Amino acid sequence: MRQSAEVVLRLQVRNHPGVMSHVCGLFARRAFNVEGILCLPVGDATRSTILLLVHDDDRLDQMILQLRKLEDVLEINRAHDAREAFATVRPFLQ
Amino acid sequence: MKRTTGAELIVRLLERQGVTAIAGIPGGCNLPLYDALRASSIRHVLARHEQGAGFIAQGMARVTGQPAVCLGTSGPGATNLLTAIADAKLDSIPLVAITGQVPRAMIGTDAFQEIDTYGLTVPITKHNFLVRSAGELLEVVPEAFRIAASGRPGPVVIDVPKDVQNEGILIDGLPLPGRPDPLPLPRAEDVARAAAMIDAAERPVLLVGAGVIAAGACAALRCIVDKAALPSAATLLGLGALPYDHPRFLGMVGMHAARSTNLALEECDLLVGLGVRFDDRAIGKAAEFCPDARIIHVDIDASELGKIKEPTLAMRADVGATLRALAAAVAPATRPAWNRRIARLRAEHPLVMRAADDPLDPYGIIRHTAAMLSPDAIVTTDVGQHQMWAAQAFPCTRPRQWLTSGGLGTMGFGLPAAIGAALAAPGRTVVCFSGDGSLLMNLQELATAVEENVDVKIVLLNNAHLGLVRQHQELFFGGRYHASRFRTEPDFAAIARGFGARAWDLGDAADPRSTLARALAAPGPVLVNVPIDAAENVYPMVAPGGANREMIGGELHAAER
Repeated sequence: MRQSAEVVLRLQVRNHPGVMSHVCGLFARRAFNVEGILCLPVGDATRSTILLLVHDDDRLDQMILQLRKLEDVLEINRAHDAREAFATVRPFLQ
Repeated sequence: MKRTTGAELIVRLLERQGVTAIAGIPGGCNLPLYDALRASSIRHVLARHEQGAGFIAQGMARVTGQPAVCLGTSGPGATNLLTAIADAKLDSIPLVAITGQVPRAMIGTDAFQEIDTYGLTVPITKHNFLVRSAGELLEVVPEAFRIAASGRPGPVVIDVPKDVQNEGILIDGLPLPGRPDPLPLPRAEDVARAAAMIDAAERPVLLVGAGVIAAGACAALRCIVDKAALPSAATLLGLGALPYDHPRFLGMVGMHAARSTNLALEECDLLVGLGVRFDDRAIGKAAEFCPDARIIHVDIDASELGKIKEPTLAMRADVGATLRALAAAVAPATRPAWNRRIARLRAEHPLVMRAADDPLDPYGIIRHTAAMLSPDAIVTTDVGQHQMWAAQAFPCTRPRQWLTSGGLGTMGFGLPAAIGAALAAPGRTVVCFSGDGSLLMNLQELATAVEENVDVKIVLLNNAHLGLVRQHQELFFGGRYHASRFRTEPDFAAIARGFGARAWDLGDAADPRSTLARALAAPGPVLVNVPIDAAENVYPMVAPGGANREMIGGELHAAER
């Protein structure tokens, strides 16, 4: 299987206690590893933004299509500009 | 402003959705909801196991195409529903399951009959809700129906804590019922390209799936099939989209297809997949399926396009609108060479049903039953050999006539689904072809069938085995049989009578044909026990993981041609 660079996905989601299990469960069920997760509420806190650091392998397009089907996922795109976010928090996690 | 409770609100919102019957079982944490149901016009069908309630609701949904509702309490009520919910997910059936939950303050305390229904149902639903206040119900209930019925249909769970059901709330009106989202239409340039590909193809085949039936697109399908003389195969769940005797209909594709069907697909140069998901039981080894074909894939679910087979042309659209546009766009054609080739394949490699005139032969009992039924009868099956024999031999004539558990392959589906079908289609007989392994998995629903006095006829193909397991052990495990034979053989006719149903045993019958006719004509729930030879296998068979061209058994002998 082709495996190359890491890529960041940015998800706009509804902010409620179950949304993380929907998103992470989707990756877990398909044995697709998530390398890093960042999540914060945005605006009036009815929504959150999730950044997912994942490997850009052959299955990623299918994963994105599956994520789009989740009712709580309002928007999803590849966020090339968000790699820095993970570099910024790294010192707090080591 | 009107004062109401969460439970009353749920019932009002269900009534506004047009729900007329619900299957379920009460328990500690959904009692407020049951109390509110007493005053409702909605008919409640008391199942004997929540899995039965789930499949009764599925039977209603599969017959009507509309979302159906099942109820369970918290804990075991919810876990018992899981199989029927998962089955609805895999077969894209619109289902709304409403479960009781322990009161909000007790969530997370391992309270009596507490289970994380939300967490358990994440992977087996289209969407799920844990309702946190009575006010949320105004949004959640219509949303659940909208989601269940929109796009590719599927199950939705609404988990409602008991105190939310009891919560008082002032409302100044009710929301509109949830309705399906508008359908995505095909792009004109894709329609033009698909029509050109069909016109240019020398050996095209349509592969028709459940999506065509879900979309109500069978008339449009027939239109294009007739206009362009397109040979058409169906998946297990696509049976009924074209009548069995339509001259272009090739029957079911895949693991237990007629040889001619798999061979026609092997030779095609264009495959048009319509509302299909290229399931492994249908296409065999994916890399070797339709090796010479370009593929057009039409589906309403974008994630199915390219998931298993990379199409030349992918169309994410309503298959009904697509077929109507395509039927107008394709050129009329007769395809004499290809249809002659198909006719020859069918003559040389037909489905072989040698003893179909014997009512104690697997094909024979299915054919005899079919011949005795009124044309508007509905058929359900369980899962196993009898299901495949019925898929091969039952003459389906219309969509939503044939109800079977395809994706999850749930033994125990047939009887409760038949009860649901009978409730949704009063005045029509529902035959449930079952096996002795499958029937025992939801046998308790015989009590429900008797209580509701539904017109359900169980035709039990009884070989005292898990027959398809036995067949796999014979063919793929060197005949090393283990745990596939039942060492005790229940008297199913006596058991059915014990539940209050009528029952006959063709094994004791002097004239099995007339006994079968009498049983099928009797009112209310009936069981007919049909002893069949345990050595009978379903042929042809493609080995799991094998290519569809490599079929075992089912050949026509030279002398029979």
